[in-house]
Amino acid sequence: MEKQSVHTSPSYTLYIFIWLSLLVGTGLTVAVAGVNLRTFAIVVALLIATVKTTLVIFYFMHLKYEDRLFRIMLIFAISTLAVILSLTFADIIYR
Amino acid sequence: MQETTALIHDHAIPAQGAKIGMWLFLFTELLLFGGMFLLYAVYRMLYPTDFHYAATDLNVFVGTINTIILLTSSLTMALSIAALERGNKKLSLAMLAITIICGLIFMVNKYFEWTTKFHHGIYPGSEALEARSHGENLFYGLYFVMTGLHGLHVLIGMIVLAVLFVFIMKNPHEKIALSSHQLKGILGSRLSIMNANNKTLWQSDLIDKNLKEMRVELRYEDHKKDKINHRDLIKLENGGLYWHLVDIIWIFLFPLFYLIT
Amino acid sequence: MSTHASQSFLEEKGKYPGIFSWIFSTDHKRIGILYLVSMLSFFAVGVMLGIMIRLELIAPGQTIMPPQMYNAIFTLHGVIMIFLFVIPGLAAPFGNFFLPILIGAKDVAFPRLNLLSWYLFVGGAAIVILSLFTGGGPPDTGWTFYVPYSLRTGTNVTLAVFGAFVLGFSSILTGVNFVSTIHMLRAPGMKLSQMPLFPWTLYATGWVQILATPILSITLLLIILERVFGIGLFEASKGGDPVLYQHLFWIYSHPAVYIMILPAMGAISEMIATFSQKRVFGYKAMVAATLSIAFVGYLVWGHHMFVSGQSDMAVIIFSLLTFLVAIPSGVKVFNWVATLYKGRISLEPPMLFSLSFIFLFSIGGLSGLVQGALATDIHVHDTTFVVAHFHYVMFGGTGFAFFGALHYWFPKMFGKMYNKKVASVAWAIMFVGFNVLYFPMFIMGMRGMPRRYYDYLPEFQPLHFLSTVGSWILVTGIIILFTNLIVALRRNNRAPANPWNGATLEWKIPSPPPLENFDEEPKITGGPYEFTR
Repeated sequence: MEKQSVHTSPSYTLYIFIWLSLLVGTGLTVAVAGVNLRTFAIVVALLIATVKTTLVIFYFMHLKYEDRLFRIMLIFAISTLAVILSLTFADIIYR
Repeated sequence: MQETTALIHDHAIPAQGAKIGMWLFLFTELLLFGGMFLLYAVYRMLYPTDFHYAATDLNVFVGTINTIILLTSSLTMALSIAALERGNKKLSLAMLAITIICGLIFMVNKYFEWTTKFHHGIYPGSEALEARSHGENLFYGLYFVMTGLHGLHVLIGMIVLAVLFVFIMKNPHEKIALSSHQLKGILGSRLSIMNANNKTLWQSDLIDKNLKEMRVELRYEDHKKDKINHRDLIKLENGGLYWHLVDIIWIFLFPLFYLIT
Repeated sequence: MSTHASQSFLEEKGKYPGIFSWIFSTDHKRIGILYLVSMLSFFAVGVMLGIMIRLELIAPGQTIMPPQMYNAIFTLHGVIMIFLFVIPGLAAPFGNFFLPILIGAKDVAFPRLNLLSWYLFVGGAAIVILSLFTGGGPPDTGWTFYVPYSLRTGTNVTLAVFGAFVLGFSSILTGVNFVSTIHMLRAPGMKLSQMPLFPWTLYATGWVQILATPILSITLLLIILERVFGIGLFEASKGGDPVLYQHLFWIYSHPAVYIMILPAMGAISEMIATFSQKRVFGYKAMVAATLSIAFVGYLVWGHHMFVSGQSDMAVIIFSLLTFLVAIPSGVKVFNWVATLYKGRISLEPPMLFSLSFIFLFSIGGLSGLVQGALATDIHVHDTTFVVAHFHYVMFGGTGFAFFGALHYWFPKMFGKMYNKKVASVAWAIMFVGFNVLYFPMFIMGMRGMPRRYYDYLPEFQPLHFLSTVGSWILVTGIIILFTNLIVALRRNNRAPANPWNGATLEWKIPSPPPLENFDEEPKITGGPYEFTR
């Protein structure tokens, strides 16, 4: 019980800074969508979304401050999803 | 109180355990939406131009506003937890309220967005939609299913947060009731209250087999007092994790549906 | 063992009287028994439906039922056996009962969630059963609910699919609970590498449940949405791709096969070790094999779709990956046999089931390779060869392991010992009946007898007849088995705390276990299989 009262979470200002970065990311992704990048458009959009997600997971969701176990589990879950997607595309692309 | 505290700890799973459970649950959500993203990826690859064309009918402005609203709600959610951790109950509740209100605004926007589409005859299985090309039909099929499923999650999240709001607002009121079989672990010991200097202020009778039940109840006088129940904090953290996940899903939905023109 | 007489969890009176002391109990042991009882009831229904299928097929043409009813019955047999029996399998009843005990904990991490998942299980089952009598009657799609037929049939697919959706939720919650329990509640001193193998398989299973079941949930949800709104995501006429449905379905349903078999393998490891009185050979290899089976399970789903119109590239990749599964499975079989080597083997009933598991599972596994190879699969695809294959794995594997585990842990769970002779006889009858029932299907399949067909050419009649006779023998064995156990429950033949001289933690506490499992928290110093002579 005593240990819980120690502040492990980031400061209010850091949270607000993260929020501002997320807003910038949103602005960026809207702005980039106006530019014609052809096939790169999706890559850029997903890249920005991934960066935003990483910020949310690491700071808002405290992953940065959690046990290593949480990161391993997350990587495992994401790679499972990646495997599923890529094997399905092994069918779709070559059909 | 020492024996009792030890016994309670045996039963209650540590905070980290509850968090592991929550993360595991979030993975199932990830995979649930993952299945939909899989369908999206395949159909987008098969019908790129149709998707671009269909997306022009979506309102980028509303989409952007909704993104900002959800991101803001994520901030207030995180702040609410941080405030509770620092013992600032009022700030925590205020932030939680803003989070719920943001969710509400998001849903209202979504409602108007959907109904506008319905007025144009665009809804799953509608004639207007089936008259359009295959890719456009699929785009709107995916749009309604994915944003609908996401909206459902926002709604559930709002309900969960509202319940937590009530939990935190209420004065903590701890009640421990142990029936005879649960007392086995502390058989032969005594319940005592000690002050900070380990001086015994009060001691109970010996806990033996004749004891039928033991109750300890802690009540607080002032309802507005900043008294925090730490179990509420764990719950709030888990509620927050869920809310952030809903935000993350939207971070991907937004560019994939609104920004591909 | 215990110094002061503590009551067992069966005698301990909770807050509620009678039946409520069970269905409101969050005690993992009571929940385990709740699962056991409900699953066995569904199993009985599934067996009855199976018997009816076999009876219909005893002769060509109509025998006891019209074609539509036959379609409904084999669908129902599949849905009940898969979703209500083998998927909860060994994890739900024995996992709930023994996981906390085997790792030295008092309960699972989230006891109330645990009870909720049982409610969801029963609720889902009730919805599935309700679907038979409402709407357009019992579904006739097969348990796979393949589109486009599942979207067009007038039968009550919507409700049945919703039932399966709820069951999926139950499975997910169990997985979350078990994985958290193993991470959080191991007894002091027990490292992951000192955990018995049954918890290890439950751990791997838990992960598969967490990461695969949601895909089924979304797939089933889409069927419901398609049937209600006609979105067209899987309809070729609206631009959709029906093959994608099959992808999504098997992305779950292949890993689900490992949800079914992994806990069975874990229980077999426990039994083989105990009845050989020897440490499991290659403990670390066993753990590695368990985890890699769970992972490789995600890579091979396409082998269910070799003739569905996938790209040739995908077919080749999936075929190649499929052969990978054989490696860890082979490691397991090898290690079991190596554990037996020079062991002090006692042929108690659970051991008989375990040994026949190895035999039947090997036949099932090897016949799987025939279907994993591209050319031969095209020949045997959708024939009774496939039916024989998965019954050898699911029934000969998981089923026999289930009955083995039931006999292994029965004295611990209920504190009573059954008649071992009768149990052995029941096993022998079941073993013979099983092979007579399913082996002819291999031969018929090779000769071209399609599965799920109502009628067949006269040349298949002798083998179909033989197979039906096998079903009667098998059922006789099952009836004897359960009669024996029920009689044991009623008699008062007390079982000792450790009837098999087992080494794992459950044998160090009284039978049946006290409410909180351990009077003192166990301290773990060594590995799980240190047998004392």
